[in-house]
Amino acid sequence: MSAREAILGALRQRLDRDADDGAGAKAVAERLSAHGRNPIPQRGQLDRAGRIGLFEDYAAEADATVARVAAAGDVPAAVADFLKRHNLPANLVRAPDADLDAIPWDSQPTLTLEARKAEEPDAVSVTAAFGGVAETGTLVLVSGGDNPTMLNFLPENHIVVLWADRISGDYEAQWAALRERYGEGALPRTVTLVTGPSRSADIEQTIQLGAHGPRRLHIVIVDERA
Amino acid sequence: MTELSPARFNEQAAAALKDAPLQRALGNMRVGFIEKRRKAAEKLPEFEALRDAGVAIKTHTLAHLDLYLEAWEQKVVDGGGRVHWARDAEEGRRIVLDICRAASARTVTKGKSMIGEEMHLNPFLEAHGIEPVETDLGEYIIQLRRETPSHIIAPAIHVNKEQVADAFREHHTGLPPDRALDEGPDLLAEARTQLRDRFIAADVGITGANFLVAETGSSIIVTNEGNGDLTQTLPRVHIVLASLEKIVPTLEDATTLMRLLARSATGQEMSVYTTVSTGPRREGDPDGPAEYHVILLDNGRSDLYGTEFQEVFRCIRCGACLNHCPVYGAIGGHAYGTVYPGPIGKVLSPALMGIDAAGKLPNASSFCGRCEEVCPMRIPLPKLMRHWREEEFGRKLSPAAVRRGLGLWAWAVRRPALYRFGARFAIAGMAFLGRRRGHLKALPLAGGWTAHRNLPAPQGGTFHDLWRRRKSNRRRDRR
Ligand code: SF4
Repeated sequence: MSAREAILGALRQRLDRDADDGAGAKAVAERLSAHGRNPIPQRGQLDRAGRIGLFEDYAAEADATVARVAAAGDVPAAVADFLKRHNLPANLVRAPDADLDAIPWDSQPTLTLEARKAEEPDAVSVTAAFGGVAETGTLVLVSGGDNPTMLNFLPENHIVVLWADRISGDYEAQWAALRERYGEGALPRTVTLVTGPSRSADIEQTIQLGAHGPRRLHIVIVDERA
Repeated sequence: MTELSPARFNEQAAAALKDAPLQRALGNMRVGFIEKRRKAAEKLPEFEALRDAGVAIKTHTLAHLDLYLEAWEQKVVDGGGRVHWARDAEEGRRIVLDICRAASARTVTKGKSMIGEEMHLNPFLEAHGIEPVETDLGEYIIQLRRETPSHIIAPAIHVNKEQVADAFREHHTGLPPDRALDEGPDLLAEARTQLRDRFIAADVGITGANFLVAETGSSIIVTNEGNGDLTQTLPRVHIVLASLEKIVPTLEDATTLMRLLARSATGQEMSVYTTVSTGPRREGDPDGPAEYHVILLDNGRSDLYGTEFQEVFRCIRCGACLNHCPVYGAIGGHAYGTVYPGPIGKVLSPALMGIDAAGKLPNASSFCGRCEEVCPMRIPLPKLMRHWREEEFGRKLSPAAVRRGLGLWAWAVRRPALYRFGARFAIAGMAFLGRRRGHLKALPLAGGWTAHRNLPAPQGGTFHDLWRRRKSNRRRDRR
């Protein structure tokens, strides 16, 4: 008998069910397709302005920094600003994302950007978020040809461009949006929820930023679609 | 170092109480975790409702566990991943080794995984010429120190800064020996640089899983460092180690448990990285592993299904029960001698290791009930410990003296007149012995108690007498 049969067999015996119990299978199929919601915290259930404000507050509480700009055209200046503030090099690696392609990077002549995946020792990356969750100031980042995963982790400084209309009150709305984009029961290879920069408290319970992932996380919220 | 064992709990606990560096490290923990969890729970008005929802999700899932596992497996396979079922640790280790060999792996990076600990994977890989490199900072520190984790979410909680510096100086050869390693940031920076090269060189990455999602065939890891993501993305092969009970039906269900996890564990609103992984690299993906394997470990769990211990499978490994346990707070995790220490360990270990090996542990409790109070999944840990005690008693494994004492008491209690007489007699005797100080320094047959504390001398008669007096008083009040 294979391990699979042995384990499933033992469970069925314990649960007092034969392999083709119709009622159980029906309950399971229904649950899997219904996406039923459990209690959702009230705090994110706000209008657009309220959601953006709450997102900013919680992101800041998690040690991210946030800049808010009116339009995509203002993103390069916000990025240059962040680099200057922290004395960082002006050559960046960015995700080959269509929305990022559309940003007029040339408006900041000091910036040089390469659209590719991350490599050592890239110091600063720019990626685009799929969405944001106001409830905890959390970014939703998805993998794919347009947003290579390691851009979110390898460089010490990570800049994320987030369109304000993608900020929802709760995670549930993001799952619904993902289902719409990728189909029922399907997801991109990774969906990463990011709340603040990397940290560790493993040495004497003292929190230090920048454990293995970015030491700084800077979020640029764009109010309007370009 | 002699191997730690639950059979030597008493000796290990006594040694831990006298271990000054350990006591200093535990002092850091006791204040931090408890206060942070309380604040996080208070800040979310729905916290109690979420706990109820969490219990309901797991109860439903456990009642249909076989079906959810099958549904999840189908999704993993459809997405190009592979599922390997393992009855026990040995089978699990073999599967890992086979995958590593097929990948011609020399180094394996590892994210934190309690299932990996349960499988005793590291020594096994080393014995087969494969170098495992722990990447969670805490796990890395204890790997260098050749120790096991002493806490399920803070594995190096027993280690002080100076000890970390010593370990780094010993192992990070090739760096100037007189470099500064006094402060946390020095240590963190050095570990980051050392491990960065290991991440990139590794052939296989092994992570645990906080949840498996049936709806999408995904595994979810939660970290604060980001080490899990580097571990599972950079090497060509990703292996997930999970156990049967990690499964949840939908993304919404996982979300509810996530809302409870970080708040209960560290008091964070949310851990920094929560990554939902589904299968290997897709066409057009510039990075990510070419192979995605999940090893699903049973290791004694299926034996507990359908028994009163089933409730323990709601556990989401947040560590709150450890953080709030006065016994854990006094002796740390190593004294238990098991992979899972603290209240959850006391309930889980006899199941995983056998009651002969770990049967003593459930006795090491004052039954104060704090673990159950803070457990986000409302697992009745004290009740389950009591069940193990009963099992152990039934199997005549408790020390002969305890059995004889309880046996005598049980015999007397079934004979009320005799019991009352005996109890009054004993009380009179003890009151006489303790008449001057109000407490007893020693009592025949109770040396284990009086060696470490004084026993208050009884006052006011037997329980029966007191009860009768109270009842007649109350009757008088009502009149
Ligand atoms: S038993 Fe409860 S408190 Fe303890 S680790 Fe599990 S979920 Fe957390």
